[in-house]
Formats: sequence, structure tokens, C-alpha cells
Amino acid sequence: MEKFEPEIVAFCCHYCAYTAADMAGSKRISYPSNVKIIRVPCTGKVDAIHLMKALEKGADGVYVAGCLEGDCHFKNGNIRALARVDRVKKVLTELGWEPERVAMVNMSAGMGEKFARTAQEFTETIKKLGPSPGKLTGNGNKVAS
Amino acid sequence: MNTESRLEKILASGALAVTSECGPPRGARPEKVKEKAALLKDHVDGINVTDNQTAMVRMSSFAAGIIIKQMGLDPIMQMVSRDRNRLAMQSDIIGAYAFGINTMLCLSGDHAKFGDHPMAQGVFDIDSVQMINMVRRMRDEETFQGGAKIDGAPKMFIGAAANPFADPFELRVMRLAKKIKAGVDFIQTQCIFNLDKFEEWMKGVTDRGLDEKVHILAGITPMKSVGMARYMKNKVPGMDIPDAVIKRLEGVSKEQQPEEGIKMAVESIERIKEIKGVHGFHIMAIEWEEKVPQIVEQAGLYPRPKV
Amino acid sequence: MITAEQKPIQEIIQYIAPYGRILLVGCNECVTVCAAGGRKEVGLLASALHLNSLKQGKTIDIKEITLERQCDPEYVEELAPYIDGADAVLSMACGCGVQTVAGRYKKSPVFPAVNTRFMGASLGQGVWAERCKGCGDCVLGITGGICPVARCSKHLLNGPCGGTSNGQCEISPDVDCAWRLIWERLKALGMENRYEDLMNAKDWRPGGAGGPGKIIREDLAQ
Repeated sequence: MEKFEPEIVAFCCHYCAYTAADMAGSKRISYPSNVKIIRVPCTGKVDAIHLMKALEKGADGVYVAGCLEGDCHFKNGNIRALARVDRVKKVLTELGWEPERVAMVNMSAGMGEKFARTAQEFTETIKKLGPSPGKLTGNGNKVAS
Repeated sequence: MNTESRLEKILASGALAVTSECGPPRGARPEKVKEKAALLKDHVDGINVTDNQTAMVRMSSFAAGIIIKQMGLDPIMQMVSRDRNRLAMQSDIIGAYAFGINTMLCLSGDHAKFGDHPMAQGVFDIDSVQMINMVRRMRDEETFQGGAKIDGAPKMFIGAAANPFADPFELRVMRLAKKIKAGVDFIQTQCIFNLDKFEEWMKGVTDRGLDEKVHILAGITPMKSVGMARYMKNKVPGMDIPDAVIKRLEGVSKEQQPEEGIKMAVESIERIKEIKGVHGFHIMAIEWEEKVPQIVEQAGLYPRPKV
Repeated sequence: MITAEQKPIQEIIQYIAPYGRILLVGCNECVTVCAAGGRKEVGLLASALHLNSLKQGKTIDIKEITLERQCDPEYVEELAPYIDGADAVLSMACGCGVQTVAGRYKKSPVFPAVNTRFMGASLGQGVWAERCKGCGDCVLGITGGICPVARCSKHLLNGPCGGTSNGQCEISPDVDCAWRLIWERLKALGMENRYEDLMNAKDWRPGGAGGPGKIIREDLAQ
């Protein structure tokens, strides 16, 4: 079997994680190319349905990267995002999918290294889990890229 | 005199009444009812027969009451509104009376959540106050709750419970007044451990002259151990156990705790005897019925008057 | 409003397992407000069912529709164009909606995706509590605006019972004793004396004991 390269979607808040990704780039800190970034104005904008749809469309893992607790530009968007991630984890568990395929992480705009490390670690986690259960049957769609 | 109830006769004579209780067995074992009742027979004027107490299924109070009646003793049939609608209640009341059971206690009953069938639907068609009223009308007006005449009305001496310790305290005298309005004849109180609070409640009762309209029997429970005291304090709803009670039991060795518990019960009776408006005692020795005679004797309530 | 909660997903999966084309129908009324069966929940459930079928290696065709009101024949009619294209209907409405759909489309199997819980009010974001039992003979006017039928665990009309501890119900410290609340409210209104009025045994007929309830307004009914 060829080496498994997961497809990962990261919903990144414009005020922190997205800027941190930029910083990682400008500092030339590399992170896995498996991670596809979607910029959002606030992680509070990320609904459970977005995470579900990403998985449905073939992502092997999805995470939401928001501001540090207490630092949300819109007060509590990151707290809401965490609740939604937890809810999706529950749904996945009920369906017999690994809940580790979704995650919430927090960082500030200056944490380029943390951004890269998170991307690295999450990619490793998903590699260990293997391809999405939806793909094993040969039925899953590919993420449109 | 409204009924043939021995309890009513004792109370009417002005003597302090003594009642106790016996929890029916969790199975078809009539001998167990007889054993418990026999322990109490010479020392009390009536024996409460609990109705699926703590919402655990037991032999019905109706059936166990008949067994006790057939021993020549005086059962007080408890009935909870949790398990029966008004039809079932009235038919059981007529049935019980047909077997000579003439004294009963009207209760709401513990919530099914506490028992061995927490999934059961509680009936609660009528509440305890409405039950009192229903039984009184069956007796005095010879009519069913639905309005039809009864051919052979059951003449029940009607009791109810009162918990002077539950919240809100300021409502507890008013609630008693409500039960009196509904037609209750006698009251058995929750176990009394906080005597100061009980005195305060009784003062509220006598200030309104309610003690002249109802006979109040003070609830007494001997503590078997400090463990039981702690359990009752923490786990039993509506129970008021002052720390002093627990401290006193802690102060003696484990072997001496039962004796100390009995001593405390006797002391309570002695003090409560002095309270205006108290017309007797209801001694609930939980799974410890054999100690009731000793308590009754030591409290100077023996022998029981003949009526 | 009528409150509901989504059923365990495995139960839903079992209901629809034999079918390939599902019409998943939400409702814009109560179940939307209590976040159990509105447009959003329809989307999430559809997605979850897709994930499940992906894992099973099957395909499932789900048509998502959320009606204005599923308990109203007028709106339920809107399903007509889609009904033949579906092997089964999965309804996210309360039991009233499920039955209205089942009554209209007699040839389609209709399954509930939520458990209807109670008539309640919102206590805050994401919290709902029972407030009405639909007894058909409202007593709120004499109980200070707090319902003993819905909120006393024993439906006592002459409460409180002896189980109240620290102002809470004997069944749980998280449940307020309704009669403590009624008493506080009567006091605040200066209506303490009302407490001693005996409330008679209730006639339960209007609330369901008399058989399934039905209202016919002569001036409106055709």
C-alpha cells in the first residue's frame, strides 16, 4: 500500500491562527502540505455542519484553530467553536468514526512555531488513524482542490 | 365519636395515644407480618401498615392490615396517592372497612424515583389533602368522590402526616390547617430530632387553636447507630437531624449506640409530653420493632388504657 | 413551545436502513427554536447519515426540506412533489408533525428522528424546562403563576409535600419545589391567605383523561 498522505482541513481564525500561519511562512518554518487552510473571520463562524461537510467530502481530519481563551476578537467565538467541535466528536463516536479526526486548537497571531507544530502533530495523529472510514470503501469523494 | 377506631376512643378519653408501625414484607410471607405485629401488640393502640414505603413494592397495606386485624389488633392502613387513582382508593377503603379496618392514614407517598421501580408512572390523581376530604365525605356524607351515594359507608378515623421540618417552615402550620379543613382527625408527625423546631411549630399550631381541632401524635424514631443518624441526615428527604444528635451517638462506643439511641428517644418523649397540644406518640422503630415495648415502658406510657 | 431532542443516531439509522432515498423533513416552529429539528439540524443529520453510509460503502440519497409548520396540512402539502421520489420520510418535527405527514402520505413510511419531550420554556441559551402539562383547566390564576401540575413532581394541588429540602424537590436538588415557588410568589403578591383555600380534586378529562383532546371552533371550522 502506498504511503498514506492525509487530507486535512484547518479552519483558521483571521486574527490569530491564520496570521500565525503567515508568520510560520515568513520565518520559513515548514509544516505539512497536507493541511489546507480555510480562513474564517472568527472560529465562532465555523458551524458543526462545516466540519461534517468537510469529512463527508473526503477530508481525513479537520481542525479549528482559534484564539487563545479569553482573547477572541468577538469575545467568545472560540468557546462556541470548541462546543461545536465537541458536538461533532460525539456524532462521530455515535457513528463509529474516530472522534480524534476533529479537534480544536488555540494560539495567538505571534505563534508561528505553534502553528507549524500543531499542523505537524495533527497530521501525525491522522496518519496513525489512517484514511477516513468513508474512503476505505472506495466510495468517498476527493476533496476538491 | 365518629368511628369504632380504638385510636379515636383512646384520644377521646384524653389519654396519650401510642401508635407504631410495621412495614409489610417484600413477598407473600404472612408470618412476617404476624411476627412484627406480635412484638407491638400490648404496647400500642394502633399499628400503621405502610403502603409501598419508599416506593418499594411490598405486600399491600390492605392485605397486611387484614392479617393484623385478624390477630385482634388495630391496623392503621396507610394509603399513598402515588399508586392509586380515586377509584382504586375508594374500592380499597370500602374493602378494608368491610374487613374491620377503621383507621387510615392519607399520604402523598415518596416519589417512585426512590424505589425499586423508578421507571413507574406515579398516579397522583388526587393529593393527600384531597384524599382526606374524600374519605371524610365517604364517612360523613356517605357519598363517593364522584357524588353517588354509598350503600354501607366506610367509617374511617382519618389520619395524615405532617412534617414540621420541611421547607418552607412558615408554611407548615398553614398546611396543617389545610388538612384540618379537609377533615383530618389525627396527625402523625415526621420523626422529631430537632425538638426546638418542633416546639416552635407546635406553638404556631396552638396559637391558632389548631390543637383543639386535631390530635397530634409526635413522631419518635430511635437511632440504632451513628451511621443511621448520618444516613438520615444526608439521604432522607425532609429530615432534620441536629449535629448534637450525631455527636451524642459518636460519644459512645459502637456497642452502646443502640442503647443510647433508645435513651434519647425516651428523653424526647418525656420532653414532648410537656408540649401543649401533643396528644400522643407515633413510634417508628425502623426494622427494630422489638424495641418499641421497651421505649413505651421506659417513657411511662405502659400499660395502655383499656377502651 | 414543544421541546424535542434528537434520537440516538443508531436508532435513526436502523429505521431507514432498508431505504435508499430519504426525504428528511424539518420544521420551522418549536423544534427549530429548541435546536432539535430545524433547517440546521436537518443539515447535520443528513451529513451524519451520509458519513454513515460512506463507512458502510453504500450510497444514500437524502432530500432535505424544512417546512414552515409540519403540524399543518397546508404546509405538509408542500412535500407532495417529492414524496414519490423517496422510499421513506424521516421527520424531525414533534410527534404532531410526524403524524400529520404520515396521515397525508399514506403510502410512505414515516419515521421520527426526534423524541418529543414536553411543553416548556427557554431558561437561557440551550436550556429548556417543562412548564405546562396541558391539563385543560389552568390553575395558574390561583397559584401565583407557577404551575403545580407541571412543576411539582407529584402534581400536588395542595402542596408542598414533606420531602422539600432546602427549598428543592425531594427528587433532586436541581429541581425547585414548585410549592416553595408558589408560596414565595403568593407572599410577594400579598396573597398568602389564598394558600389555605382547598383546591378540589381535579377533573382530568380536559387534559386527556377524557380521551384524545379535540377543539372545534364553530366560527372557524368548515
